[in-house]
Amino acid sequence: MSVRNVIASHFVQVAQQQSKQLPPLADDLALLNSGLDSLCFAIIVARLEDELAIDPFAASEDSAFPVTFGEFVRLYENVAA
Amino acid sequence: MLPPDATALRGRLGTSGRRFLTDAALRISLGDLADATSLVAADGDGETCDELTGASVLVATSDQLATVLTLIELDGVASRLVLCPPDLAQAHLPFVIATAGIDAVVVDRAAPVRDALRGPRRLICDPAGLMPRLTPSGPGRTQAPTEWVLFTSGTTSRPKMVLHDFASLAAPISSATAIEQGAVWSTFYDIRRYGGLTILLRALLGGGSMVLSDAAEKVDDFFLRAARDGVTHISGTPSHWRRALMSEAARRFAPNYVRLSGEVADQPLLDRLQAVFRGANVAHAFASTEAGVAFSIADGMEGFPARLLDEPGPVELRVEDGSLRIRSRRAALRYLGDDAPRLAGDDGFVDTGDMVELRGDRYRFVGRREGIINIGGLKVHPEEVEAVINTHEGVRMSRVFGRKSPITGAIVVADVVAAAAEGDSLRSDILTLCRDRLARHKVPVAIRFVPSLDILPTGKLARRIA
Repeated sequence: MSVRNVIASHFVQVAQQQSKQLPPLADDLALLNSGLDSLCFAIIVARLEDELAIDPFAASEDSAFPVTFGEFVRLYENVAA
Repeated sequence: MLPPDATALRGRLGTSGRRFLTDAALRISLGDLADATSLVAADGDGETCDELTGASVLVATSDQLATVLTLIELDGVASRLVLCPPDLAQAHLPFVIATAGIDAVVVDRAAPVRDALRGPRRLICDPAGLMPRLTPSGPGRTQAPTEWVLFTSGTTSRPKMVLHDFASLAAPISSATAIEQGAVWSTFYDIRRYGGLTILLRALLGGGSMVLSDAAEKVDDFFLRAARDGVTHISGTPSHWRRALMSEAARRFAPNYVRLSGEVADQPLLDRLQAVFRGANVAHAFASTEAGVAFSIADGMEGFPARLLDEPGPVELRVEDGSLRIRSRRAALRYLGDDAPRLAGDDGFVDTGDMVELRGDRYRFVGRREGIINIGGLKVHPEEVEAVINTHEGVRMSRVFGRKSPITGAIVVADVVAAAAEGDSLRSDILTLCRDRLARHKVPVAIRFVPSLDILPTGKLARRIA
């Protein structure tokens, strides 16, 4: 499964578990409008670290938190590459 | 001032041949100890006990039985007895010797002498070499009250030395349970810890006998020995008990009294202990090295009734800023050392650092102040999450801790020891339980099944502080 698909499936799973309404995951979806809160993102990032063995936030200290879903995916793709 | 009836430990043992002190290797009749000695100078021979009058003595035997014999022999003789726990790091010994003004150390015959112990005068305690004293000791009346120094649980930083006297250590031993003639006591604690020492003193001062445990002994072997020696009263931490319940031999052991202390005793554990030890009175006590024994709860329920805060008695309780505070004669006098922090506030109350929450008419222990996990500003006590996880019958024990998160600072994760089968179904059951009973930030983000969880030499669960 591609990094993008792994990320998307965790977004969907966490939204479901946390009873959040998740809009379609388009690249330009602003994370602030995704219906997910910081706890949801903390969970997603932890699960992605477990599954992909990468933590892009720890990998580069100055990486700003991505604003859109597309940026979020690229952050992981860049580290995974 | 010493109360007029103050009698050293040796004078409290009686002369009955029925009472005994035993470990896995030796059995000693307490009646024989009144006029016997097991201490010899390391560099010669002859009577040494009287020469230690007024000395500050570090008891550093590797053997618990040797420590007990030394305590019996030197209480009321030495000015100070420092009980060295078995896991005290070598690097701390010079600090301990300097701070406690140590004149002499007691070691055992078998273990090699650690370098730091070569300075002070050295004595050997050999439980197998008990011999009659040349000069009878009389009734064991104290010359002056001996100070007893215990160490707190801290393992990494420099240990804190906590100064008690015999009166503060003996003060809790007044209730009917504590004084039960003929009781045979045992504890999973090392008797060099406060939790273990209080049990030893219950046996020695309360007319009973004592069966010592051994950290290296298998739980099954210990239970067989405890049953053979007729143990009636037994104590340990909740972590000790969770491990003990894995033993088949526990089912063939029938004590009258099962006591928990040192960690939060949650309801599932109390229920399981009561189910396994049907005829036993299962009680959980609150005590700390600094504050002493505060109370013991025997109604089978976790936490303690809020009315204890208002009840008159030898122990005063108060809850302030969420933590339990205790004032009583059972508390330690102070920490040793010039730059040591104060042990109690101006009003004499000791802040235990144990956080409590009032739910209905009972206070529940929610965890240690320093163990709080901060999830984006929201606080979680690992113990409150463990208490929920442990209610699942498929769970033997659990450890909850914080894992670093770039988003919220930390997230909650759990290590779980399954009682039988582990797997995704148990994991999803546990998560459902947690989601039903806990706020969402307290629900573990990840659950990992582990074969066992480490228990520290203090008897407490080894916690990771995030």
